Order: sequence, then C-alpha cells, then structure tokens
Amino acid sequence: MANTTNGNLLEVTGLKMHFPYHTGSLWTKKKGYIYAVDGVDLSIKKGETLGLVGESGCGKSTTLRAVSQLYRPTAGSVLLKGQELTTATPTEVLKARKDMQIVFQDPYASLNPRMTTSDIVAEPLRIFTKARILSLSKTEIDERVEQLLERVGLSRFFKNRYPHEFSGGQRQRIGIARALALKPDLMLCDEPVSALDVSIQSQILNLFKDLQEEFGLTYLFIAHDLAVIQYISNRIAVMYLGVIVELSNSAELYQKPLHPYTQALLSAAPIPDPAVERKRQRIILTGDVPSPDKVRTSCYFYDRCSKRMDKCSKSIPRLRDAGSGHQVACYLYNDPE
Amino acid sequence: MTDDVILQVKDLKAYFKLDEGLLKAVDGVSFDLRKGETLGIVGESGSGKSVTNLAIMRLIPSPPGRIAGGEVMFMGKDILTLDDEEVRKIRGNKISMIFQDPMTCLNPFMRISTQMIETIILHQGLDKVAAKVKAIEMLKLAGIPAPEKRIDQYPHQFSGGMRQRVMIAMALSCEPEILIADEPTTALDVTIQAQILELIKELSSRLGTAVILITHSLGVVAGMCDAICVMYAGRIVERGSADEIFSDPKHPYTQGLIKSVPRLDRTNTQRLYSIPGQPPNVINLPDCCPFFPRCERAMDVCKTKYPKIAELGPKRNVACWLYGEGK
Repeated sequence: MANTTNGNLLEVTGLKMHFPYHTGSLWTKKKGYIYAVDGVDLSIKKGETLGLVGESGCGKSTTLRAVSQLYRPTAGSVLLKGQELTTATPTEVLKARKDMQIVFQDPYASLNPRMTTSDIVAEPLRIFTKARILSLSKTEIDERVEQLLERVGLSRFFKNRYPHEFSGGQRQRIGIARALALKPDLMLCDEPVSALDVSIQSQILNLFKDLQEEFGLTYLFIAHDLAVIQYISNRIAVMYLGVIVELSNSAELYQKPLHPYTQALLSAAPIPDPAVERKRQRIILTGDVPSPDKVRTSCYFYDRCSKRMDKCSKSIPRLRDAGSGHQVACYLYNDPE
Repeated sequence: MTDDVILQVKDLKAYFKLDEGLLKAVDGVSFDLRKGETLGIVGESGSGKSVTNLAIMRLIPSPPGRIAGGEVMFMGKDILTLDDEEVRKIRGNKISMIFQDPMTCLNPFMRISTQMIETIILHQGLDKVAAKVKAIEMLKLAGIPAPEKRIDQYPHQFSGGMRQRVMIAMALSCEPEILIADEPTTALDVTIQAQILELIKELSSRLGTAVILITHSLGVVAGMCDAICVMYAGRIVERGSADEIFSDPKHPYTQGLIKSVPRLDRTNTQRLYSIPGQPPNVINLPDCCPFFPRCERAMDVCKTKYPKIAELGPKRNVACWLYGEGK
C-alpha cells in the first residue's frame, strides 16, 4: 500500500460526526442532533506530530474516534495510506488498525483489570494472529511482549501483574506498549498525559518523543494543555465547537496567533513564572462554550468573540491560508466569498 | 504570634489506619497565613495537600483517620481542641472552603437559593427575606448574570464554571477571614479557569479574605500566590515567596518540578527534564528523606534521617540536608 496521497499518511476531509438525540415526553418527542464534529479537514505527513488542542466538548476526542472508525462518521472521508476507511468493511477496518493504534486518556479505565500486563500487551498480537493477518507463534508473542515492556520502561518481571498493582504513569506505559505491539505507523493519542502528575507527565512525554525517533512514528496528539501540545507537536490545529479554527506550525502559532479564540486561549494559559505572570495581559473570554446542538449559520466563535463584525453573523468563515501555510478561519484575515 | 498572622499551623499530623499499615498522610506540617495573603500549597497527588486542609477544618473522617498531633491556632484558639459546636461556628463562617468538583458539593435536589440562604441564616442571623437579598448580591458579585432568576434554579441548570461561581458566592457570603480553595479550577477549561482565578483574586482582595490555594499546577500558583509551600510525601519540603520559589528553588524536588513543566513562552526545542522514578507510597514510610530514591544529589545521611528544616531567611525554609546544619 504505497499509494500515499501527496506524501500524507493520513488525510481527513470534511469529517462530520453528528449524534442523534431525543428529548421531550412520549407525546412531545423531538429529535435533534449534537454536531460534535462539523467538517474537519486535516492531513498528517509521515513522521510528523499533529497536535489537536481545544476545550472540553470541542470535538477533539470525537474527531480521533471518527478517524479510527470507532465511530463511523456521518460524512467525510478518511484516507489512511491512500485507503478510504469510511466505506471500508469491518475486516478491512481491522486490517487498517494494524497501522493505526490508540493510546487513551484514562490509564485506569482503558486497561482490563482482570487481565495481566502480558495479556494486555499480547492481546492485539493474538487477535491479529487469529484473524490470520499476522502469523506468530506463542513464543514469538511472549518474546515480543517482553521486548515491548522493556522498551517502555517496565521490567519484564512485571508481566504477570495486574493493572491495579501499578501507578498511573506505569499504567500509561502499559497502554503505550499495547499500542506499539502491532508496529503501527500512526498513533492516535487521546490526552495520554492529562491524568498524570507533573513529574510523571514529563517522563511520558519524553517516552513519546523517543519512540517517535526510534520507530518513525506519526502522532495525532490530543491535549488540552497548550504547553504540552507545543512541546510535542510540529503542527497544531486549534478546535472550537466541532471545527478547526486555526492550523499552523507550532512555533508560529505561539508567536503569532491569528484567530481571536487562539489568542484568548493562549493568554488564559498560566505560565509557571511569577515575574512573567505579573506583566501579562489576559484576554478573559466571557460566557461559556455554547451547546453544539444547533446548525450554525454564523462563525462558530461569534457569541464569545470580542472582535466580531456584521459579516461574521451572516456566513461561516472557512479555513484559509493567511501566508506560509498558516491557516485561519476568520473574517479578520480574509473576506467572505 | 504577630498581629497580622490569622492562622498558625504547627506540626500538624493526620494519620489513617489502613489494613496495609499506617498511612501518614500529613506528617508534621507547619505554616502560617497572614491577613489578606494568598498562600499556595503545591504538590502531586497523594502529597497530603488536601488532607492538610481537611484537618484544619476538622473534616478528617474518623475512623480510619485521626489527627495525631499539632496545633491549628485561629483567633487565639486551637481549632483542634474545640468542641464540635464551636467548630461549626467557624466552619463556613470564618473559614470556608471550595472544592474541585462543584457538582458534588452542591445538593442536586435543592435550589441554589435554599442552599445559600441556609448558610446565611445560620451564621449571620438574618431573616429569610434579608438572607435572600444578600444571596442575590453575592451571586451578582460572583458574576452570575440575572441572579434574581438563577437563584431559584437547580445545580444541574448551571455549567461547570457557573457552578464554581455559585460555590464561591456561597463560600464568601459570610465574609470569612479565610477561604480554602482545594483545586478550584482543575475540573475547568483553561478559559474558564482564567475567569474563576480572576474572580477569586478580585473578591478576596475586595473583602480582605486570606486564601489558601491548593493545586498541582505550578502555573496557577505562579499567577495567584504571594507565598508558596511545596509538599512531598506528607511534609512541606520548601517554603518561600512566589518569586523565591520560582527564581531560586532550593530543594532538589522543587528544582526538578519546575524544570519538568513545558512552558508556553519558550520554544521547547530542548528535551524536557524529568524526575526519575515514582512518587513514594506513604504507607509505612521510614524516617528518611522520602525524596532520596529520586534525588540526583542524595547523600548517605538522606537515607537514614529526615532532614532538619533549614531556615534560609524570613519565611524561607527548606527541608534538605544540602542546606543549614546538615551541610
């Protein structure tokens, strides 16, 4: 499968994920949709890390799940190594998952408490052997599991222990070993360090960087911590209410944020230095994120924007290049078509 | 005790008796809080930050927990020796608390008005009508739009940030001397966090309330606090002003912690520092420096004795054998 499009490992276009819901009583039943992801375009090159940042409910995790086909998307296309996944059969999706693995946020909920460490890490290998996609013997699997555990910084003597015997950081290492087991090209990381303590967080971030170098991995990395995203990513996409509002390389985004939301987000993030904090001017956003249960006809950020204009309420700004690959969806930088 | 010190904690100990052994959650914590000051207590999970403050409020569940020693001097009295009736007069009135998760702290079956008025009537002796006026005024101060309408709603009708505003309004409604905020913004998004921190800062300075801010986020303490205590394994390992802690950290743990946080205002091209190993299990901890297995500068003495507190200046001390007499 070498037919990658424009050298991109993953290409997502017009991805939408709408969840239906019902309200009201039996007689006054109303149907509606939660527009969790409402048209996301992104592409990732091999060996690159794309960071996806935004507040809770903005659709980061839903995007990741729709990309991995854990949710079948409402609309749009997901090309992994040139193969369309949205219309693929379950068997084809299973095969594709060999190239695309997920590391989850909660290292407590994402490991089966009744399975030993070695069973957890071996499970993907066993499934793929059973499905005749891989052909590994029992001893080969055992060997591979031991290698994986040592690689993520766990002694192989731990392999018969259960998840509850480990701390949060160690559990996350088990989750990473499981994701690495199939030697994937793409790792989808859903807030893998958010549940960890500060001193453990930096250990795991460094592990991600080392693994990327060693195995040439590509990451789609989600976090809500802006400093973490900046550290790990080459390019960053900022999401708000189900759409990407800004996408740029990581250094440029922090030096020259264009979208009013990105500006507010960056200025709200605390910096661990009192001397810097005293001098900072904060943009404090008013109000909360609106509920994503309406079809939008205006800019998604219109309700909370301090720089909103008339034209922002009339049509939706699309992601456009504002120079040197820095894309922004805002009428301050380009006019409505 | 100097005049402006309103709360003095001396050698506070809180232990929990568990099946696995004795858990010394807080083991000899001392600090004092001045009028109008904001004190930050930083540490990782399990370091004893929250238990310290529950102990101050006499809220340790017993059994399995007990306060094993120490003093908490507030307005000339030791809170730890008062009877329950007297403690209730202080709790929620002179010292109030806000918690991490505002949903579990508000009663989901009661209107906001009922919950707020209850406290005000109890502690301030106002009648129902006056108490409601006061409650509405507090909600307005806390930045709740249309408080006259919102006050009659239930907690589930508020968003996370709004609920935390309600909690703050409630906590400050009796104009307490001290507000203890236990991870008040951890459950909130970064833009909402900025709103809530700004609100705590503004209201505490307007009402002259001293604040104890418990958090694991170094960024939050840097922007909010005058003084900082760093906790590790149930003890305060370093104390100083916010500037001293961040510009000249002394304890190897504090140094490591500050270096291991990625910073927004720097291009993080270098590899991030990380403290090796795991935080210790505080059950049956031996009497040595709990940080020595992870410390780059550990010496022989660190493995045998807990370090003496070295005074480095006024309100500046560190518990490490690298400093003071142990040097």
